Parts: sequence; C-alpha cells; structure tokens
Amino acid sequence: MRSLAVWFTLVILGIGLLFTAVTIPFGSPAMSDMDDYFIAHGQEQTGANNIVTSIVFDFRGFDTIGEASVLFTAVFGVSVLFRVRKKEEDYEYE
Amino acid sequence: MSDCMSKLVRTTADVMFLFITVFGFYIVLHGHLTPGGGFQGGAIVAGGFILLIVANRLEDFLKWFQKRSFQSCEVSGLVLFIGTALAAIPLGYIFFKNFLNGAGGLFGQAVPFGINSGILNTAGTIPIMNIAVGIEVLGGLSIIVLYMTSGIRSHEEGE
Repeated sequence: MRSLAVWFTLVILGIGLLFTAVTIPFGSPAMSDMDDYFIAHGQEQTGANNIVTSIVFDFRGFDTIGEASVLFTAVFGVSVLFRVRKKEEDYEYE
Repeated sequence: MSDCMSKLVRTTADVMFLFITVFGFYIVLHGHLTPGGGFQGGAIVAGGFILLIVANRLEDFLKWFQKRSFQSCEVSGLVLFIGTALAAIPLGYIFFKNFLNGAGGLFGQAVPFGINSGILNTAGTIPIMNIAVGIEVLGGLSIIVLYMTSGIRSHEEGE
C-alpha cells in the first residue's frame, strides 16, 4: 500500500514537471529590463569594461562579501578538523 | 607520503610554479578588462602552491613558505576587501560606492564608451577588490591543502 502511494506520487510529480517543461516556452515572457540596464549603463557607472566583474564587484558587492566570508569560514572549519595534536592529553578540554 | 617525487617532477614543478604564479596574477590584475577576476586568478596561484606541496616533501615546502604567511594572506585579503567597501562611508557615500571611478587618481581614468580599449587604470575600487579577493583565495585554498597534507602525515606516523 505504501509503495503504491509512493509510485502514485512519483507519477503525478513526473507528469506535472514534464507538462511544465513542455508547454511553457523557455525565457518567455522576456524580463530583460535589468540586463539591458546593466549592458547600457555598466561601463559608465562602474568604469569596468568587463560587465561580469562590474556586476559581481559593484552592483552585487554584498554577494561577493558573502562569498569571501564563506571561503574564510570553510578554511576555518578545515583548520579545526585537521589540527595536529602532539600528545593524547591534548584531547582534553578545560 | 614522507617521500618526495622524482627529480624530474620536482624540477618541472619548480619551473612551472613561476609561470603559473605570473599567469594567476595577470588574471587578477586584468579582472576588470578581460574574463577572470579575483577568485579565478587566486585559484590559479593556489594551484601553483599546491603543485609545490604535492611534488616536494612537506618539510621542504615549510622551509620555503610558512603556514603563518598563508594565514596572514587570507586574513589581510578579507580585511582589505571589507575595508575598501567601508572606506566609502567616511567620504560621504553609501556602503560599496565606487568612489574612485572617474576621480582621476588611482584607477580613476575615465573609460571611453564602446569597445574595450584595454586601459588598465580604470574602474575605481573594482581592481582593489579583485586584488583583495585574489590574495584571500590564494591563501585560503593553499592553507586547506597544507592542513590536509599535515593531517595525513601525522596520521601515517601513528600520531
């Protein structure tokens, strides 16, 4: 009974996703206002000839701060995981 | 793991390290003109360091570069990045304002509209942030592999 319910859910989900993928055309309706703004004004507002860099480091700088912080945290985690202990007593915490 | 690789591999790694480093810093410095940027260039430079770590003995590598220098690279990169973003506030702008663009000073040359003219001295704070992120990524990725190699070694020695 349970496997029947699982199969039923999977089939319904598959039909729904296929229906969505087939019937709705990709990229329509075109919401290109923001892209056009970046392409038209990015060069004069940021001074960078590389549009991707002007978006990553200027228009969306908060995102890049988050990325840098995530990398810092990842390195911190690895350093905690792989720290070298000299003796067995070092396992104890005070 | 305590052995190093053959002399051929070590010599090739030592020679290639210079070219990889120069190419990585080229990618970082030209991040606002050509495809690439801080993350990509920093990863390339870190690849050069990882090549040295893998090819040589760990003790030899730690004689050339200290762990502490990579750590300070990473920390100073992050501090420089956030400091550049915060430096706009005392000057009267909002957070993350590109205050050097068009000012005429460092990285302040006006960029002509149209086809990429390849002027390096443009884009305001973007090259500074590229350099900061590049330094941070090169320190971070190198120190990850360095820590992992140290962990493997201490495990193989039976702690």
